[in-house]
Amino acid sequence: MTPPAPGRSRRLSDRWLAVAFISPALLLLLAMSVFPLLWALYLSFTDYSATRGGPARSVGFGNYTAILTSAQVHQRALTTLVYVVGAVTLQTVLGFGIAYLISRRTHGRGVLTTLFLVPMMLSPVVVGLFWRFMLDAQFGVINSMLGSLGLGPVEWLTRQRTALISLIVVDTWQWTPFIMLIALAGLTAVPKYLYEAASIDRASEWFRFRTITLPLVWPLLLIAVLFRAIEAFRLFDLVYILTNGGPGVSTETLSFHVYKVAFLGFNTGTASAYGILMVLVVIVLTQLYLRYLNKLKEG
Amino acid sequence: MAVSVDEAVSTGPARDRTPPARRLGGRGRSALEVALLTVLAVVMLFPVLWMIETSIKENRDVYAVPAQFFGFTVTMDHFKDVFVGPDGGRSALSVAFLNSAVVAGVSTVLATVLGVPAAWAYSRLAVKARKDQLFFILSTRFMPPVVVVIPIFLMYRQVGLIDSKLGLILIYTAFNVPFTIWMMKGFVDEVPAEYEDAAMLDGYTRLQAFWRFTLPLLVPGIAATAVFALIFSWNEFVFAIFLTSSDSVRTAPPAIAGLIGGTTTDWGLVAAASVVFALPVLVFAYLVRKHLVAGVTLGAVRR
Repeated sequence: MTPPAPGRSRRLSDRWLAVAFISPALLLLLAMSVFPLLWALYLSFTDYSATRGGPARSVGFGNYTAILTSAQVHQRALTTLVYVVGAVTLQTVLGFGIAYLISRRTHGRGVLTTLFLVPMMLSPVVVGLFWRFMLDAQFGVINSMLGSLGLGPVEWLTRQRTALISLIVVDTWQWTPFIMLIALAGLTAVPKYLYEAASIDRASEWFRFRTITLPLVWPLLLIAVLFRAIEAFRLFDLVYILTNGGPGVSTETLSFHVYKVAFLGFNTGTASAYGILMVLVVIVLTQLYLRYLNKLKEG
Repeated sequence: MAVSVDEAVSTGPARDRTPPARRLGGRGRSALEVALLTVLAVVMLFPVLWMIETSIKENRDVYAVPAQFFGFTVTMDHFKDVFVGPDGGRSALSVAFLNSAVVAGVSTVLATVLGVPAAWAYSRLAVKARKDQLFFILSTRFMPPVVVVIPIFLMYRQVGLIDSKLGLILIYTAFNVPFTIWMMKGFVDEVPAEYEDAAMLDGYTRLQAFWRFTLPLLVPGIAATAVFALIFSWNEFVFAIFLTSSDSVRTAPPAIAGLIGGTTTDWGLVAAASVVFALPVLVFAYLVRKHLVAGVTLGAVRR
């Protein structure tokens, strides 16, 4: 923390230094993040269209009521919910499972961790493209492998139900390492003496897991889960590359729908209102995340 | 390699010995766990291996049904196509890679120059509502890019930054600054403030103390932070695809995604381009493996 300031002049110069060091970064954020959002907020009350041009006319809360009552938006919200819950749940279970298995290894933990982390570092573009190739109904390697097991070809990306499942699977493939990494950090930080004490008491493995491992790792795991949930809610690029929202609208998430309204429909005013509503959801999730983070840091 | 990555994920003493109670009945179970881990590792790595394999296959093997795992003819043609255009000149992809390097590099330098002093100030100086400011800064990083890009697009159209590298550099700097501040604040917190206090007792000003004593100690942290910022910008897709259009400006992610536009897709080329694109990221990520937990949580979780 700050040292006791010896004199008035020192404190004054410290204040100037703080302003000089912090304000450039804050100004950039104000210009590139806050100002655009305020502009979007203004546009959300108008019927402005980016292509039609002309002055923007106020429509009051018209855009908001239109979005909140639109059956289309409700459907996208449901798709997003299924996707976020499905992907994050799978990632958490798998990621924690892998981390637990790795933490019980005595040799080769480093190599294993490194190998498992590769998918996470790839760009969603590379991941999306590559899975699109592997899931191709005709020459995709996944169907080829299923074929050699005697299973018929599956139209992964061109059937309504399987497309959403494919999206969840690909996202899980990419982000399971994220949960694994953080769970592993939590697991290796569990003090060894707790396990030793438990084994002296002849506690069962399950008991040890439930009473020692899980409570100690849980706070950190929750941070990871919330982080992933926010990211999954924002996700756009993977959908864009892998399915382009199709077939039909079966994999259109809220972010993808905003894009369509804004850049294909050019209803900039409506898209802005839509975006502001999404930002509100993100702000709520972020607050939750930061609150847990704070708790973790203080605890 | 093994040791260093262990350091990345464990701060506490590694549990190097299985407790005696487990060892008795644990042989078969241990073998089962190893088998399970192996299967999982294969599943996780298969797509990456398949991508590498596809990039060195001839086209007829790429589309072979059933898929050919072994015994195909190795060719480097796809890699040649990534860099050399059909007319013998530079390909559009290689220009895109160069653009990516410029945009990612410059935005990372800017974010570091803006973020490091700010992080130091938040760590050392009395700042009003420090916690609120830091939380505000991090929350800007969580805004959905698809939403932010709408007003940014209109803004850029007004000032002529659409389809320019400068426009991309600015937005990437803006999304790397929050990360840099959070990540670097952790590194600054780890350097004892007493060094600066002692320097100031010797007559240095606060600024000199920062510059001459703290900053040199921060260099490894700055390097790690910059590498993460570089990776984020390099991989970024949403802003790139909406804010750029011409081949001379476009970065690699939209350029690679553009390869699948037509009726037929040259998957060998896509694979080769993906390998070239991903390789630097993997190398850089390996270099900063000690800081992965902090890096991927945007500096929020530190171990």
